[in-house]
Amino acid sequence: MRLIDLTLKELWHRKSQLISGLLAITLGIGVIVGIRSISVVSEKAVAVNLDNLGANILVLPQAASVDNYYSADIDAPTFPESYVEKVVTSSLPGVDNMSPKLTRRMKIGNENIVLTGVLPKSEIASKPIWQTGGFLGNQINASCAPTTDDQPTKYLDEKLQRKGIDTLAGYDCFVGSSVAKKLNLKEKSTLTITTEKFTVVRILPETGTVDDDRVFANLHSVQALLGTGEQISAIEIMGCCRAISDGLLGKLRNILPDTRITTIGQIVSTQIETNRLMDKISLVFLIIILFVGSISIGNYIWANVNERRKEIGILRMIGYHKRHIYYILILKAVIIGIVGGFAGFVLGTLSAFWLGPQFAGIHVNPIYSLLLVSIVISVSISIIGSIIPAYMAGKIEPFSNMQED
Amino acid sequence: MIVQVNNLTKTYLRHDGYINAVDNLTLDIPKGSFVTITGASGSGKTTLLLILGGLLRPTSGKMFYDGKEIDLHDEDELAKFRSNHVGFVMQSFALIPYLTAVENIMIALNVKNSNKSTIRKRANELLKWVGLEDRTTHYPKELSAGQQQRVAIARALANNPDLLLADEPTGNLDPSLSEEILSILKEINQKHNTTVVMVTHSPMAAEYGNTRIHLNKGKILSD
Repeated sequence: MRLIDLTLKELWHRKSQLISGLLAITLGIGVIVGIRSISVVSEKAVAVNLDNLGANILVLPQAASVDNYYSADIDAPTFPESYVEKVVTSSLPGVDNMSPKLTRRMKIGNENIVLTGVLPKSEIASKPIWQTGGFLGNQINASCAPTTDDQPTKYLDEKLQRKGIDTLAGYDCFVGSSVAKKLNLKEKSTLTITTEKFTVVRILPETGTVDDDRVFANLHSVQALLGTGEQISAIEIMGCCRAISDGLLGKLRNILPDTRITTIGQIVSTQIETNRLMDKISLVFLIIILFVGSISIGNYIWANVNERRKEIGILRMIGYHKRHIYYILILKAVIIGIVGGFAGFVLGTLSAFWLGPQFAGIHVNPIYSLLLVSIVISVSISIIGSIIPAYMAGKIEPFSNMQED
Repeated sequence: MIVQVNNLTKTYLRHDGYINAVDNLTLDIPKGSFVTITGASGSGKTTLLLILGGLLRPTSGKMFYDGKEIDLHDEDELAKFRSNHVGFVMQSFALIPYLTAVENIMIALNVKNSNKSTIRKRANELLKWVGLEDRTTHYPKELSAGQQQRVAIARALANNPDLLLADEPTGNLDPSLSEEILSILKEINQKHNTTVVMVTHSPMAAEYGNTRIHLNKGKILSD
């Protein structure tokens, strides 16, 4: 009869005590797992929503004005197009997509337009050196978003899809809704800009921003038209919001020290605040549950020790050392911790799975890594709670069994 | 001598002051003897038995086992002393309720052995010796008082002790069962040369001892 057999027999013998002890720890761990499961998905959902807003980092020449994020590239000074290559080859995590741009105000007839040269993805992909930068694997989507079947990873709002253009032939163009209206353009119309003729391949939906006045054409055609050479006025970067909050801007500034790198502060602060809030909520619950759970388990083990004074006395009488008594009680706490941690994980995951869609409108999948965390926390709580009762049990005198019932 | 105690005193603090449960007592217990200790309630007989078994630390005095002094204040040494040399039989049987008869014996063997099959074999042999081979898987509550005491005796013998200490072993038994248990203790004493020290209130039980001690207020009145 090993000590573990003795411990298991005792646990089974006092089933109602066992159930109350397990219930305390299972509920505690269940709450932690439930909150964590929902918060992880919520953070990701916020990240997806924020990423869906489109490019959120703008690289501009040092002298450019950034009063208005959405029009900062217009008439900005220029810098070499090779800067794009620097970012791509750096393989920075969190850089999802890039769009180098050259933008100038133009007049077509009596109408003012904003001509924007953009480099389509197909051309970025054709540069062999960029293929080694780990950039091509990324689609125009939020790579920080969850990849579950029912979570769309593409942009939800089609108006925002212009940030990434897959293909744009040399003399094709996309036109904003306002430009199309003013110049009476339709798809397949021809648009003449200074000396060059462009074919309208798409009329973009109205966005209510300066983009409605833009004409998007191939960057290299625009560079040739404006005679700027391989210069660009801005690089739009689709950065994963979580990566931005983790310091992506600083890393970009290290790579491109003579540029001005800005972002949409509200987006980043929202993401940071969301992450902080979720982390704080999880931490607060973790602390509460560690505290309450340890007390509950301590109380349970203490009651158990008192009920077992006679048994402990018998064990001491027949030659068991104090360390054997500590071992038996700590082993019991570990067993309860493992079972409670597992049960808590199952309870928390099922609760999150059921309550997530009901109350938060998000679908929560099991986070299996939380199983190990649950068991570690649960076992820790149990051991912490058992230390004092185990110590007191070691003090029980071996003649305690002499006391008659 | 298997056990010698010199000037042993155990003092308790009661509401009305200090009281010596064992008072400057000196005693030699020869190897292979059957010692019975009698006395009125509160005469110190159980306290003396607990000290002899290493279950209770005296206030002062020395104890020698087989000529070697036992450090009565070293808990580890006392635990080792109990598991290696002493077997206990208590009035209340002191069985663990959620363990079967055989498991109650196995826990005592477990202190010194780790081989599960050896332990089980030895436990079954002991149960057979006390006539309970058909009760191995019975829990204490499924056994009669006499059967429970026999399991307790089997457990006390598990590690082949040189010294068997019994505290009122027949206190909870009717006269016929009492004789049965006392006969077993006598057999252990005679056949295995195990020294038996038994505390009892019963003059009949005291007759089983070849050395009889009567205590009064912690002192030996006669032996």
